[in-house]
Amino acid sequence: MSLPEPELDELYRELILDHYRNPRNHTPLESPAVVTEGYNPLCGDEVELQLSFEGDVISGVSFTGRGCSISQASGSMLTEAVKGKTAAQARALIALFMRMMTDAEFVPEEDVGDLEALQGVAKYPVRVKCATLAWHALQDGLDRRDGAA
Amino acid sequence: MSSIDVRRVREDFPILARSVHGRPLVYLDNAATTQKPRSVIDALVHYYENYNANIHRGLHTLSEEATARYEEVRLKTARFIGAPASQSIVFTRNTTEAINLVAHAWGRKYLRPGDEVLLTIMEHHSNLIPWQLLARNTGAKLRFVDIDDEGRLLWDDFERLLGPRTRLVSVTHMSNVLGTINPVKDIAELAHSRGALVLVDGAQSVPHLPVDAGALDCDFLAFSAHKMLGPTGVGVLYARPGLLEEMDPFLGGGEMISRVLLEESTWNDVPWKYEAGTPNIADVIAFGAAIEYLEGLGMDAVRAHEKEITAYALRALAKVPQVVVYGPRDVDARGGVVAFNLGDLHPHDLGTVLDRYGVAVRAGHHCAQPLMRRLGCVATARASFYVYNRLDEVDALVEGVAEADRFFGHVTTRA
Repeated sequence: MSLPEPELDELYRELILDHYRNPRNHTPLESPAVVTEGYNPLCGDEVELQLSFEGDVISGVSFTGRGCSISQASGSMLTEAVKGKTAAQARALIALFMRMMTDAEFVPEEDVGDLEALQGVAKYPVRVKCATLAWHALQDGLDRRDGAA
Repeated sequence: MSSIDVRRVREDFPILARSVHGRPLVYLDNAATTQKPRSVIDALVHYYENYNANIHRGLHTLSEEATARYEEVRLKTARFIGAPASQSIVFTRNTTEAINLVAHAWGRKYLRPGDEVLLTIMEHHSNLIPWQLLARNTGAKLRFVDIDDEGRLLWDDFERLLGPRTRLVSVTHMSNVLGTINPVKDIAELAHSRGALVLVDGAQSVPHLPVDAGALDCDFLAFSAHKMLGPTGVGVLYARPGLLEEMDPFLGGGEMISRVLLEESTWNDVPWKYEAGTPNIADVIAFGAAIEYLEGLGMDAVRAHEKEITAYALRALAKVPQVVVYGPRDVDARGGVVAFNLGDLHPHDLGTVLDRYGVAVRAGHHCAQPLMRRLGCVATARASFYVYNRLDEVDALVEGVAEADRFFGHVTTRA
């Protein structure tokens, strides 16, 4: 019997598993300006993001949570991707990432760093919500900061 | 030895011939919904091609034929669960709607502030949320029977909580997560002796065990056609004779009325009093074919087959390091539902790996969040078996689980 080998690497890229096992920026901030949460009742995935700002620049960001490898790796990657960016740049990145997740054919022109490893998730519709959980939380956090300002 | 000829049974299910990601489909998500035999699919097509018409209204031949077939299935359903009369059977959309019907039509009429509804910690959300809504509406209180470490109901807890204000005990016959088969006959006996009614959620039991509503002596029994080879969109509520007569209607509209005036109306006889609007005629008729199929196999044989496969699965999963299995160890005390976790790997990751191996399982909280909390996890994977499953499909499951362990573990050591 020769069955095809499942192509798991397409979804679970090494970089994803690395972020899952060794999440970056996993220590809560000392005095965050914004704390925001994401929860997916379908699978129980949870993320909490903390943000601090210097002027309009995201100077500090941390994430904690529990859930599947995709949700946690995406949260970890998010922290690296938005640190040092302005709120507007972070919003542009959210939009770009959402497009990556909803359009499997889309290839971003700019360098998105580790986030590129999540591109394969777009082919797994049921896992897209895992990948976007932290990003929805970030959107929510930025909205609340702008609303409060 | 299984008393079901699985090889022949499989030939009756067209979908089992398909492959998933280049591998044979191994369908182990039967507690969510089962696959359909050709006879059920044919019954649907036959209805639409030959006698599609609305029922109970037309004087023409098609309507008479459709009405007769629809009502035949009511009788067939009554016989299948040992109901004394076909008037005891109400067709709903699903188990959820059947339970909501009781919460509205019985609960809102009879419950007073301070009355109690006794549930268990293992209930599916469909046997929890309707009572939460009812409690909010009537001022009634909910009480919950706990479980032991193997997921069996604590009888002492049940006896203690069954108090003078308990009006209804609503309990699952078989847990959709733990597989636990609850002693509903004993529950009904004790509940009745203390003046409470009993609703049995039979969504997981009626498809898999011989269930006799008369012998169980329950007051209500709810279940779904799609979990027992039938189509989606059909549920059943059995009620002890007399109850449907005294309860208020659930939904209002056509069919459920007798005489209609502008300001008020009188109700149709039971069970039609509870079937407002055009029902799901085609799917009810096809459900009749599903019942015939199960009767052809015999429910004792179905149970024996699932016991064999469940025992095999419990043994095989226990051999995989890191696997934790929930629910009773004794196959006599449980049905063919096996919830498990692989170490701290999220079941969605496990489910995705298994899917790549063609193995379909459920991964999540199984609409039983309070039970997940009680078990100390957010979610589990769940394999659930039915008449067409083979032992070598359990092997495929276990192989996939072991592969997931290697895949995630392997990468971990390299990281």
